[in-house]
Amino acid sequence: MPFHLLGDDPGTDFVNLLRQNGLDPFPPALPGTIDAGHATTVLALRFSGGVVVAGDRRATSGHLISHRDMQKVFAADEYSAVAIAGAAGPAIQMVRVFQLQLEYYEKIEGKPLTLEGKANQLAEMLRGHLPQAMQGLAVVPIFAGFDPAHEAGRLFQFDVTGGRYEEQDFATSGSGSLHAGTVVKLGYSRDLSESEALFLAVKALWHAADEDSATGGPDPIRGIYPVLAVIDGEGFRQLSDEESGAVFADFRHELTEG
Amino acid sequence: MAMPGMYVSPEQLMQDRADYARKGISRGRSLAAVEYRGGIALVAENASSTLRKVSEIYDRIAFGGVGRYNEFDQLRIAGVRHAELKGYQYSREDVDARSLANQYAQMLGQIFTHEMKPMEVEIVVAEIDSSGTPELYRIQYDGTVVDEQHWCCIGGDADAVLGRLNDGWSADLDRDDAVRLAVSALAGPERSLAAEDLEVAVLSPGSGRRCFKRLEDNETETLLA
Repeated sequence: MPFHLLGDDPGTDFVNLLRQNGLDPFPPALPGTIDAGHATTVLALRFSGGVVVAGDRRATSGHLISHRDMQKVFAADEYSAVAIAGAAGPAIQMVRVFQLQLEYYEKIEGKPLTLEGKANQLAEMLRGHLPQAMQGLAVVPIFAGFDPAHEAGRLFQFDVTGGRYEEQDFATSGSGSLHAGTVVKLGYSRDLSESEALFLAVKALWHAADEDSATGGPDPIRGIYPVLAVIDGEGFRQLSDEESGAVFADFRHELTEG
Repeated sequence: MAMPGMYVSPEQLMQDRADYARKGISRGRSLAAVEYRGGIALVAENASSTLRKVSEIYDRIAFGGVGRYNEFDQLRIAGVRHAELKGYQYSREDVDARSLANQYAQMLGQIFTHEMKPMEVEIVVAEIDSSGTPELYRIQYDGTVVDEQHWCCIGGDADAVLGRLNDGWSADLDRDDAVRLAVSALAGPERSLAAEDLEVAVLSPGSGRRCFKRLEDNETETLLA
């Protein structure tokens, strides 16, 4: 059982705790580069009651599709989510450590981090990941959540160096982000309702998948649809494939019937 | 060569340490854990609403401590770390109360025999395992572990409280009954405890992964009314 003296107490830092126990979650960079592919479209946009986060399900390696039902949007805790683009392995590990860090902090301190504190924590992890990013294993997440102090949804974009940028309207990441971003930009207004925001997210993902070979579209044969999640005052909620499918059906209706 | 007047027998040494620890623990207020259909209620007499005696350790595990606050809080944090490290290294399902209770026992036993001063604490580790079965472990200042059935009590007035829990407990209690039983057992016939004198939490599998939930003062108040 870990029992620390004052001098070497890891405090609320979970990564430090892991390291002290010989479990470094982010091993040091090795020479050489790996092309792990950064194929994805994820996005987040604010609406009147909170924020919508969405991501496609495709993972590729080179020209092959390696996974059709990959999850790229994760609840970070009850009131926030992280969406990932970049090398899948390191990105999923970063999300896992990030989730554990938030819960660990909450339990040690007896209260959760502020949303700002959570965003800074993720930026810190990205800074630590820079050596791997230089080797071709970049991770570029989006962080979004409901901030009870502001009673509003907030979202943050990052770069590979750990730069943290708060966005007022929307954020996109991944190979299809240019197309998705354009669609969101054209349809966006600050007074969107939840269902309008979900519809716009679906529209953006569909156009991204239509233009970018590395972004997956809806797959009605298998019943696999892009992940849609809402975070509002009630917390994080991921839509089921049926619910996401219904939003896609509405979009299809608009597309075909005008 | 013998040193007259300096020799203290091991029995006497242990006895003195035990007396010291017990004295420290008996000064504090008590904490009761009561099983009910579908959960475990943990109720502590605690006038502070910020310095906690009952806390979350992991998805299905809660912790309760009495005695010296800084010491049992140190144990709480060590428990969170143990659980988080184990869950990270293996899987969340591999974290269980039995192993945690054993770790606490090792640590308290070690401190009791080797340190200048024993810890003046008594703790409870509660778990609702994956099949919904409740488990309760009570660990004493000297590392003794007791696998408790249905209810347990730690702290100054434990014997009297245990008697009252024994009289009031039955297998068909629900959550509110269990909290009421714990509160009346802690209070005894001569006193009554209000929500602001209490710290109440339950361990109950719901829809989410984390089974630990605190009851706010107003919830406790409604429940006791």
